[in-house]
Amino acid sequence: MNVIETTGLGKRYRGTWALRECTLAVPEGHVVALVGPNGAGKTTLLNMSVGLTAPTEGRATVLGGQLAGSAAALDGTAFVAQDAPLYKNLSAGDMLHLTRNVNRRWDQRYAEVRLAELGIPLKKKAGKLSGGQQAQLALTLALARRPRLIVLDEPLAMLDPLARHDFMASVMVAAAEDDVSVVLSSHALAELERVADYLILLSGGRVQVTGEVDDLLACHRVLTGPAAEADDCAARLRVVHARRGEAQAHLLVRTSGADPSVDPVPPGWEAHPVSLEELVLAYLRAPGAAALPGPVRARDAEGVTR
Amino acid sequence: MTALTVPVGQDRDLRPLPWRKMAWITWRQHRIALAGVAALLGGGAVYLLIMGLSIHHSYAALTACHPASSDACGNLVGNFLSTYWMGAQITSVLLQLVPVLIGAFVGAPVLARELETGTFRFIWTQGFGRARWAVAKLTLLAVAVTAAAGAFSVLYAWYIRPFLAAAVSQQSSLAGEIFDLKGIAFAAWTLAAFAIGALAGLLIRRVVPALAATLAVYAGMAFATTLFLRQHYLAPLVTNSPGGPPGNGNAALPVSQWYTGPNGKPVSQAVINHLLQGFNPTTTKVAPNAFQTNISPQQYLAQHGYTLWMSYQPASRFWPFQWIEGGWLLAISLILIAATIWLVRRRAA
Repeated sequence: MNVIETTGLGKRYRGTWALRECTLAVPEGHVVALVGPNGAGKTTLLNMSVGLTAPTEGRATVLGGQLAGSAAALDGTAFVAQDAPLYKNLSAGDMLHLTRNVNRRWDQRYAEVRLAELGIPLKKKAGKLSGGQQAQLALTLALARRPRLIVLDEPLAMLDPLARHDFMASVMVAAAEDDVSVVLSSHALAELERVADYLILLSGGRVQVTGEVDDLLACHRVLTGPAAEADDCAARLRVVHARRGEAQAHLLVRTSGADPSVDPVPPGWEAHPVSLEELVLAYLRAPGAAALPGPVRARDAEGVTR
Repeated sequence: MTALTVPVGQDRDLRPLPWRKMAWITWRQHRIALAGVAALLGGGAVYLLIMGLSIHHSYAALTACHPASSDACGNLVGNFLSTYWMGAQITSVLLQLVPVLIGAFVGAPVLARELETGTFRFIWTQGFGRARWAVAKLTLLAVAVTAAAGAFSVLYAWYIRPFLAAAVSQQSSLAGEIFDLKGIAFAAWTLAAFAIGALAGLLIRRVVPALAATLAVYAGMAFATTLFLRQHYLAPLVTNSPGGPPGNGNAALPVSQWYTGPNGKPVSQAVINHLLQGFNPTTTKVAPNAFQTNISPQQYLAQHGYTLWMSYQPASRFWPFQWIEGGWLLAISLILIAATIWLVRRRAA
């Protein structure tokens, strides 16, 4: 089952396309990182997949074909929007009661136990909680709905490093123990690297990279060698991004597959495995390069990076 | 959800989600606004009750006075009016503001606050669904404010009744400052203000500008209705009787007046003004500070074949007018609320 599936999805705001020709299929059971520069269309994609925004073209379904925003989709999907909006004048307990009243599935005991573990008093107003506690309360409200898909839009933006760590730990526990698929957008690449096993990279309103993190890492590597040979070498490889020093050049290249023997390392060059953060940064710096779907020619990608 | 799309057993723990679940939420989120409405109407009601008891007491004495044409009874009427009429007029003018205050302060924030603070992203993605949420909230609040206003206007009708009665007849029940506080009009105007506020809140997405827009739109509607629209609900009656419309004193609502010439055709005010230049009545002194003329301008014009005509709405049309006004306001309110729900359903958030 695909937890999110989009075909030709697009959204136009006053003549400007925020997202265009977005075709995705995210299988269940993953923690999906949605990354991309500001204005890439991340929030638009998430809003459309939870039914907040109606697409201009194409369609989005969740949880195996339920139209986004339909009653069946809403029952199984929980969404925590950017800045974790809560009714600030309601107490945490009232927020639980309110959310219970508008959902067909609700686990009150789970919610209460979780808030107690987090040290969030039920009587305290949501607006008086710290930023981290508000984010945790919003996450609790989402998890107590027992969703099969939880969508988090920039959940870490307002949090300090410790709160980020705690928040992501909570998400990971839920994903592991309750078998919830998670889709989260974030700029915090370091945090994403620890938790995400699926990547969607948006750029300029289009999908640039998508796939399982392990697969993506396996078919990318960094080649380090003499700067003088870099152009020569790059012409024969699919270079996503090239970084040149005075003596040495670093080329992040895409291989034909996970098997390194298919793409031999040029003599005089060294190959290193790539981290998710490096990979994402390379693609962010090269908006013209696309890892999936379809290959790109090296010169095109190289040309854009200059 | 059907068994075809979701594996069996998946949703055993799904509970039904009846509409009444929204009642607690609506109350919890809007109780301060509703308490404000209760305070406003409650305070007004206490005032109307206290003043009304004393007004009805004086009025009972006034109607018990015999013979009604005596000086003593005339003094009672004069005292009654000088004691209470100014207060009643001020009260009526102030009460004109009540529907729009309720509508703006209850109606405008319903959607504007959610949109302004971003909480619509939370509530519109819950299992209840945003369209049902909007239907439930708007219906519950609309019924609450309309019912409260309806109850209040019953009290006002009781309070103002002596001033409209035959013995006093200070004002027509169709008069602008009274008509829309009585009958069903007060509740209907309150509902309309609420509906305007809700839609303005959705379109403007911010509370304070939505409040201001609600006040402006409502004021325009209320003024246009009172000044231009209401008098045309039914074709006015016409009279040329020198005493004006039949019935007591001010019971009827005058619409317009004009003169016709000797040939029976209407004439302009300029002709009448020209004619009145020749009006030169004999004045006699009847008392140290009182004068009497032998002929009135009306009689002078009548002598020359000019007749004063008057169109008016009789007081007996109070209830037909109430149903007409209540009807179109209800229709507009329902259209605005339906448009609001439709926009919530489809708008790009």
